[in-house]
Amino acid sequence: MEIYLDNSATTKLSPGALELMTKIFMEDYGNTSSMHSKGFDAEKHIRAAKENFAKILKCSANEILFTSGGTESNNTAIIGTALHYGSRGHHMVTTAIEHAAVSAPMKFLESRGWEIDRLSVDSEGRINLSELESLLRDDTVLVSVMHVNNEIGTVEPIEEIGALIHEKCPNCLFHVDDIQGFGKIALYPKKLHIDLLSASSHKLHGPKGVGLLYIDERAHISPIILGGGHQNGMRSGTENVPGVAGFSFAASEVYSNIDENYKRIEALRADFINKISDIPDISVNGSAEHHSPYILSLTVKDVRAEVLLHALEGREIYVSAGSACSSNHPSVSSTLKAVNVPKYALDSTIRLSFSVSTTAEELDAAADALHSVVPTLRKFTRK
Amino acid sequence: MFQAFLLKYAEIGVKGKNRYVFEDALVSHVKKHLRRITGEFKVSKINGRIFVEGTGFDFDETIDALQHVFGVIGISPVEVLESREKDDILRSAVEYVAANYEKRDFSFKVDTRRADKKYPMTSMEMDAAVGEVILNAFPELHVDVHNPQELIHLEIREKIYIYSKTVKGAGGLPLGTNGRALLLLSGGIDSPVAGYMVSRRGVELDAVYFNAPPYTSDRAKQKVIDLAREVSKWTGRINLHVINFTDIQLYIYEKCPHDELTIIMRRYMMRIAEHIARENDLLGLITGESIGQVASQTMKSLFCTDDACTLPVYRPLIGFDKQDIIDISEKLGTYETSILPYEDCCTIFVAKHPVTKPNLNIIKASEKNLAEKIDELFATAIDTDEVIVIEDGNVKTE
Repeated sequence: MEIYLDNSATTKLSPGALELMTKIFMEDYGNTSSMHSKGFDAEKHIRAAKENFAKILKCSANEILFTSGGTESNNTAIIGTALHYGSRGHHMVTTAIEHAAVSAPMKFLESRGWEIDRLSVDSEGRINLSELESLLRDDTVLVSVMHVNNEIGTVEPIEEIGALIHEKCPNCLFHVDDIQGFGKIALYPKKLHIDLLSASSHKLHGPKGVGLLYIDERAHISPIILGGGHQNGMRSGTENVPGVAGFSFAASEVYSNIDENYKRIEALRADFINKISDIPDISVNGSAEHHSPYILSLTVKDVRAEVLLHALEGREIYVSAGSACSSNHPSVSSTLKAVNVPKYALDSTIRLSFSVSTTAEELDAAADALHSVVPTLRKFTRK
Repeated sequence: MFQAFLLKYAEIGVKGKNRYVFEDALVSHVKKHLRRITGEFKVSKINGRIFVEGTGFDFDETIDALQHVFGVIGISPVEVLESREKDDILRSAVEYVAANYEKRDFSFKVDTRRADKKYPMTSMEMDAAVGEVILNAFPELHVDVHNPQELIHLEIREKIYIYSKTVKGAGGLPLGTNGRALLLLSGGIDSPVAGYMVSRRGVELDAVYFNAPPYTSDRAKQKVIDLAREVSKWTGRINLHVINFTDIQLYIYEKCPHDELTIIMRRYMMRIAEHIARENDLLGLITGESIGQVASQTMKSLFCTDDACTLPVYRPLIGFDKQDIIDISEKLGTYETSILPYEDCCTIFVAKHPVTKPNLNIIKASEKNLAEKIDELFATAIDTDEVIVIEDGNVKTE
C-alpha cells in the first residue's frame, strides 16, 4: 500500500478535476481571446472559476487573478507592489521563515536598493506583533507574512497583523502567502484587511501549474508579465483554461467540507503523535496551539533525515526531509534555524503532511514503520 | 562548403601485421558515430588515412561526432572540387584561402599529392602553379617551403581535394582492440575520468556501482546511470552492474573497528568487482584512485586494497592532481553530473579520523570478525546484481 504523506509538497489530482479537465482539453479547447464561440466556451470556464473563488474568499470575481502557481503569485504580489508603489517608499517587512517564493523576490528587491526588514519568530515560529508595530513606517509599502509555515505548520496571527497594519499604516499593503493554508484553514481577505493573497492549486488536489492571486480592488499593483493584455492586462499569456477549471473544481471539493476536514485531520495528527510518543528522543516542532493539522514536523534524534526518508520509502511511505540536507552540500532550512532548534535537528527533521485523503490506517502504518525503522537506524550512526 | 573530412591516426600506422585490425575497427567506429547524427556519409580507407564524404550534414555536429572516436588524432575538413580543369583548381584554391583565413599574412606551402598519375601536370608543377595564384591574390602572404605556418594540401584523385586545417581528435586506439575491463563507478569526479582514460587505449568498459539504500537514494543511482551515459558516448556499450552493498557495509560497521571501515569496505568492493569481472570475462578492474587524495588512497591504503584481488587493477589517475582530473571531466562532459550533492556509499559511515596508514595484517585480523556471515552476505549481494545496459548515451534496458 502506497502511503503518501508529503501533501505539502504536492497532492494527487482529484479524479473529478481530471474528468472536467479532460473534457475541456478535448472539447472546450478554444483560446479565450478568440471571438468565435469556441473562445467564448473556454471563457465561460474562466468566469465560472472566478465566481467560485470569489465565493470561497468572499470577495468579488474581478479580484481574482490566475497565475502559473504559488511562486508566480508571490512574485507578482511583491515585485508588482514594488513597481507600482516604488515612488512612495522603498521599505517592506516580511518574516525570517518565509518560503523562498517570498524570500527570494524580497532579496532581489534588497539588491536593488530596497530596505527589507525580517520579523523574527519565537520558538514556536510565531511572529511578534509589537516587533511588527515598531518596524512599520510611513514609507512601508508592503508587509508580507505567510499564513501557514510550510515546514513546521505554525499558523501566524493574520487577523491581528491585518488589524495592526490597517490601524498604524493604512497605506501599506498586506500580502499573505496562503499556499499551505488555502483549502485547509479559511481566510477571508476583506474581513482581515488582506490586500494580496497567494494560493496554489496542486496543494489541494488540483492540477500543477495553476495558482491565484487575490488582489483587493483598491490595491494597485503592476503586472510583471507583459504581452497580449490578458486578464485586464494584469497577467498576459493565454489562460490555462483546463488548469483553472481543475483548480476551481478541486477547491470546491475541499471547501465544501473544510471544517469537518480540519477536525478529522487534527484528531488523526494528535493520535499519531500519541502513538509515536513512546519512541525516545522524538520531538514535534512548531506550535502546540497555533498549528495547521496538515503539517507535522518531527525531529528524530540520532537519525539522519535523508536516511529515515529513504528507509520509509522502502516501505512505500513518502515523507519529506525537514530541510533538504546532505553532508556534502548543507542547505539548511531557514525556518528550523529561526525557531532555534538544537543543531542536530537541522539534519534530523522530517515532515509529514496530510490531506483530506489521509486515513487513520495510513497513519497507523506510518507510526508502526517509525517504531521499527528508527531503532534500527539508530544502531548505525556516523561516529 | 566542406563536403568531406580526412581523419588521421598515428599509432595504428606502426602496428605491423595487425594494422588492418586496428584500421577496420576504426572505420567501423567512425561509421557508428556518424549514424547517430543527421546526414549521409561514405567512409573509406585511403593510404593510411580515413576519408569521410558526406551530404546533408551539419558541420559542427559532424566534427563533434568524429571527435568522439578513439584512435583519430586529427580531423581535417576537406573541400571537394567537381572539376579537374587546371583553371578551376587555381580559382578554387584562391577562394579556399579567402574563405578560411581571416588574417592573410602567414607563410605557406602547397603540397600536392597525385594519386591519379595520369593527370597532365606533375605534383611539382601543381605546387608552383597554385602557390603563384595564391601569392598574386594575397600579396601579404609569402612562401616558405621549409617551415610554413600553413600547409595547403591538394590531392588529385577522381575529384580534387583541398584542405589545410586540422582539428584535434580524441587520440588513443580504436575501441575493442584491447579487450574489456570493469570500472568501479562511484558517482564522484574521478571514476568516469578513469574509465575514459583506459577506454581511450581501445578498452571496452563495463561498470559496477555499489548502492546502499536507504543510506543512498534513487537519485544517487540515477546520477551514476547518467555518468555512465556520458562515458558511453565515448566508450560504446557499457553493462552497468548495480550491487546492493548495504548489508555488507552494516555488518562491517558492527564487527570491525570504525576507523578501518572504509578500507575494509573497499576491499569487499574489490572482491565483488573481481567476481563480476571473472564471471563476465573482463580482463581487469579500473578505479579512479590517485595517490594521497583521501585517506583510502594513501600508498598504504592502496596496498591493502590491492591485496584483496588478483586481477590487475588499472589506476590511470594515480599521478594526477585533482585539477587535472577536473579538467578532463569537463571535457568529457561528466563534471556537472559528478558534483550533484547526493550521498554515495563511501561517505555515509566514514569515520571522522579513518586510518591513513593501515597495516594489512591488522586489517586481515579485523576481517576475521566477519567470518560468521560474510560469505552469505557476499553471495546475497551478488544476487542483487541489476544489469543496466547503456549505449551511445542512452539506457537500453533497465
